[in-house]
Amino acid sequence: MFDEYTFEELKAILIMQSFGGLSLLCIYVLMGLGLYVVFGQMKVINMAHAEFLVIGSYTMCLASKFVIEVMPEFINYYLWVAIPLAFVVAFIVGWIIEWILISRLYHRPLDTLLATWGLSLIMQQCFRTFIGAREMSATLPEWLMGSWAPTDIIDIPINGLVILATTIILTVGLVFFTNKTRWGLRMRSTSQNRQMSQALGINTKVTDRFTFALACGISGIGGAFLTTVVSTSPTAGTTYIVDSFLVLVLGGLGSLFGLVISGGFLALLSSILEFFMSGSVAKVWLYLIIFVVLAKFTKGLFSSNIRS
Amino acid sequence: MKLKLHSKMYSLLLMAMAGPTGHVIAEEFPTAKVNTTGLAVTDTTVTVGQLHSITGTMAISETGSVEAERLAIEQINAMGGVLGRQIKIVQEDGASDWPTFAEKSKKLITQDKVACVFGCWTSASRKAVLPIFEKENNMLYYPTFYEGLEDSKNVIYTGQEATQQIIYGLDWAYENLGARTFYLIGSDYIWPRTSMKIARAHIERYLKKKDPKCKVVGEEYYPLGHTNFGTLINKVKLKKPDLMFTAVVGGSNVAWYKQLKAAGVTSKKYDMLTISTTEDEVLGIGGVNCEGFYSSMKYFQSIDTAENKAFVKAFKARWGDDSVIGDVTQAAYLGPWLWKKTVEKAGSFDIDKIAAASGGIEFKDAPEGFVRIHDTNHHLWSKSKIGKFLKNGQFEIISTSSELIEPNPYPKGYQ
Amino acid sequence: MKSQSTPTLTPNEGFLDKLLSGRSSFLSYSLLALILVVILPLTLSEFRLNMCGKYLCYSFCCIGLVLCWGHAGILSLGQGLYFGLGGYSMAMFLKLEASDLESTKIQTTPGIPDFMDWNQLTELPWFWQPYHSFTLTLLLIIILPILLATLLSFFYFKGRVTGVVFAILTQSMVACAWYFIVGNQGFFGGINGMTDLKTLNGWDIREPSSQKILYFITVACLFGCLFFSKWILNSRLGRVLSAQRDKEERVRFSGYDLTAFRVFIFAVAGVLASIGGALFTLQVGFMSPNLIGVVPSIDLIIYTAVGGRLCIVGAVYGSLLVNTARTLFSEAYPTLWVFIYGALFIIIVLALPKGIAGIWSDHLRVRVRSLLKLDKKDKPEKLTT
Repeated sequence: MFDEYTFEELKAILIMQSFGGLSLLCIYVLMGLGLYVVFGQMKVINMAHAEFLVIGSYTMCLASKFVIEVMPEFINYYLWVAIPLAFVVAFIVGWIIEWILISRLYHRPLDTLLATWGLSLIMQQCFRTFIGAREMSATLPEWLMGSWAPTDIIDIPINGLVILATTIILTVGLVFFTNKTRWGLRMRSTSQNRQMSQALGINTKVTDRFTFALACGISGIGGAFLTTVVSTSPTAGTTYIVDSFLVLVLGGLGSLFGLVISGGFLALLSSILEFFMSGSVAKVWLYLIIFVVLAKFTKGLFSSNIRS
Repeated sequence: MKLKLHSKMYSLLLMAMAGPTGHVIAEEFPTAKVNTTGLAVTDTTVTVGQLHSITGTMAISETGSVEAERLAIEQINAMGGVLGRQIKIVQEDGASDWPTFAEKSKKLITQDKVACVFGCWTSASRKAVLPIFEKENNMLYYPTFYEGLEDSKNVIYTGQEATQQIIYGLDWAYENLGARTFYLIGSDYIWPRTSMKIARAHIERYLKKKDPKCKVVGEEYYPLGHTNFGTLINKVKLKKPDLMFTAVVGGSNVAWYKQLKAAGVTSKKYDMLTISTTEDEVLGIGGVNCEGFYSSMKYFQSIDTAENKAFVKAFKARWGDDSVIGDVTQAAYLGPWLWKKTVEKAGSFDIDKIAAASGGIEFKDAPEGFVRIHDTNHHLWSKSKIGKFLKNGQFEIISTSSELIEPNPYPKGYQ
Repeated sequence: MKSQSTPTLTPNEGFLDKLLSGRSSFLSYSLLALILVVILPLTLSEFRLNMCGKYLCYSFCCIGLVLCWGHAGILSLGQGLYFGLGGYSMAMFLKLEASDLESTKIQTTPGIPDFMDWNQLTELPWFWQPYHSFTLTLLLIIILPILLATLLSFFYFKGRVTGVVFAILTQSMVACAWYFIVGNQGFFGGINGMTDLKTLNGWDIREPSSQKILYFITVACLFGCLFFSKWILNSRLGRVLSAQRDKEERVRFSGYDLTAFRVFIFAVAGVLASIGGALFTLQVGFMSPNLIGVVPSIDLIIYTAVGGRLCIVGAVYGSLLVNTARTLFSEAYPTLWVFIYGALFIIIVLALPKGIAGIWSDHLRVRVRSLLKLDKKDKPEKLTT
């Protein structure tokens, strides 16, 4: 099927396709990161996870709207405020939800699944009622749109580069935070042995609340970047659910390295499948292959040492 | 749920009811005569149903239709109603779920005994309710452009069927953009698939006769809600088509345009003609992402006629200044008016009489311009238009078909 | 899941407990029968009764979930897959019957379902052939879910995968099925599903009278499934299942091969869901991929949880109540109902972890017993630990 194209063209497509795969990997990681923190540290399944991504997206959209109306000259810089804002908003909402709902359910992990599903329905309806049912779009600064074209054929999306950078920063930052800071230490010790940690004077309740809110905040940042590539609407979250859970499971539940590996695996697979097949069919094959792979590696592609 | 009207509308309403016309007309048409099948018609009111998704994924698209239908009904009420009767609305939520649509339509017809229903949006929801409308014998006014291959006695299709939209668009692109190679891209359901089937047939059977270079270089479908088009965009770049002919809908639409822009596929290098993107969608996509591409529709908000300007003004006064009106929204607005005209022609609310009287109903002052219900099928004659996306989310109309295009739901030679 | 213990297995049950939630549980079944067979048909209009019939179809899935989630501890987020399997099987049979030469003469190829014609198919695919026969269709409704459930679960249960990983997997499988149907429009009707189903062996299923009969058939099947499930739970099999849920290692050391038990109960849940799906198609007159997505599958879990995940009769009440509430709310407050619906789950999870069945076992039982002075000697011990 490649006879009709020149070598140059094929090379260009390969490069763009690889970069596309890399962006997809980043999107998977951004989707899975918050989920990983919540599940990895607290063994809680958060079905409303996707809605926190959407909170981030909406923060970004509303911020851009506000900037355009009030101070249009700052349109090129508002991103630097909007992204921390997305973190803060999602963090606060997460904090409140942990306090009201999740904290009562730590001993019943499967019930959390139900309660957070109800929560996600409510959050979706909140978006619909208070922000509007229609799609929204953040007006992006000029420099973020368009592409960088090193040759005639090759186009590298600039927002893809930004997402790549964000993902790396977030992932490395998270590793640093959990391994090198006081709070990280508290989080790890609480997740490993709650009672002992309590005995040693760690306030596990606050630690839990902080962890959950942190995860939500990270999702908020993820969402803020996702809105540059996909749509933002009240039900946008439903499109993330299955994939973000799969990334987590395939990565071995609670291993950050595994999360990245499985994100890469999924991105590679879907880039190849979609190149040779039409969309829906490619998706069916993607899920079937994951199914077979998981049957072989039942603990995920890279299971964490803590669990075994 | 009963319709809550603005206080302003109420005073208008009261004036209309107090005025002589309403009473006189209503007395001329006694209820026993105009309603022989037990519909919810009284001496002063007639109840109609409205069935759209207010919740769920389709709420994004259907909001405009809900608003347009309400506006039309309020305007009709202010003018004295239908046969002297004020229209009352029972609204139900289809919740973007086809079984719910079926359940609610059955409720509207059998429980509320509505005189007709304005509603549905997706093909799937229409297919779900159609057997119920046929079985229970009621009337549906369906606003969306759709795939054709259907002509029910119990449905009036106020949007365009596929051939009206596609053939004009492709011919235009052939003539004016010099398009010879085509890449067909759609969401994965019946409307895009049938549309692309018609498009392919037109390219391979008719355009090819004019220029043998015409061909389809690719055809792709992506599931609804798909948000990652990177690979598809690379495939398009590899094939370098003269024209991307697209029918991507819903949330996918936003992702599609944003990623095109990010990948450097802009109107400077590529041409795209879409049959699915209206002003409504551009609101979510952002005008800057689709600037310079083309859309084939029968209505654009920027149509420069007195009727359209009055409509846009009324719509904005009722639903807010920042609301936009797309093709389907306008088609939804036609529904109540066409129904009113049909009822008045038939002199009755009975479904059978309305179905029989529908053929040939004309609406001269429609925002899109003169429309007429076809004599033998329940579709509209209408003019197709090509619009160019502008940065501000509106369209510049650059071509309008010279004649009204005949609706042809079962196109011969395109199967 | 240490917190779930089975109320039915506590040794010193009183007489009332035996009637209501005990092994004979005669009273609770009679009450359900009274409601479904007498009260609902007499009080509801045909339209509402048909809706109840539809809700009852979901309760088949819920009974299956009580077995495999409540009692065996295997959470499946993908029961919609099996619901769809049965639903589509029945729909394919009905669609073939509706697509006779006479009513499809307008098509390019008459005699095949309309959506195939729209997708340029010119002959019936081979896998549609069995659906010409009603007997074969009924058999397939039972056999297909068994095969699929076994195939999907065997390797995982053998690899000792349960809990969250398995739940997410079932979810991805149901998503996969959705994409499969959507991607194969010519074979399965795509997003539109299979609509315009008319007759079953010449019997018009759209008539009000036939819908009433279908309702009673559904109720009859429901009781069949309830008794079957009860029988499974009361057999030794049921005890092994509960035992492995609470203390997996001990059961393994006692020499049981758990793979077979788990596959069995998962397949049973699948078959139940499939029967529900088939009845659903008959009553609603169409089948669509919307019913087998991720969201409807989670809804099924929620009905089960509302009813009480350990109580098979509760599953019926759960699906009836949640759906009724959903319908009434959405009719009264179209824009607000999601708030109420969502809040309902949170309240149930927080306040009634054992669902409606828990109202009896945790709250009412004590009151009733003290009222009837049955409680002088043995105080009801706390059921949960």
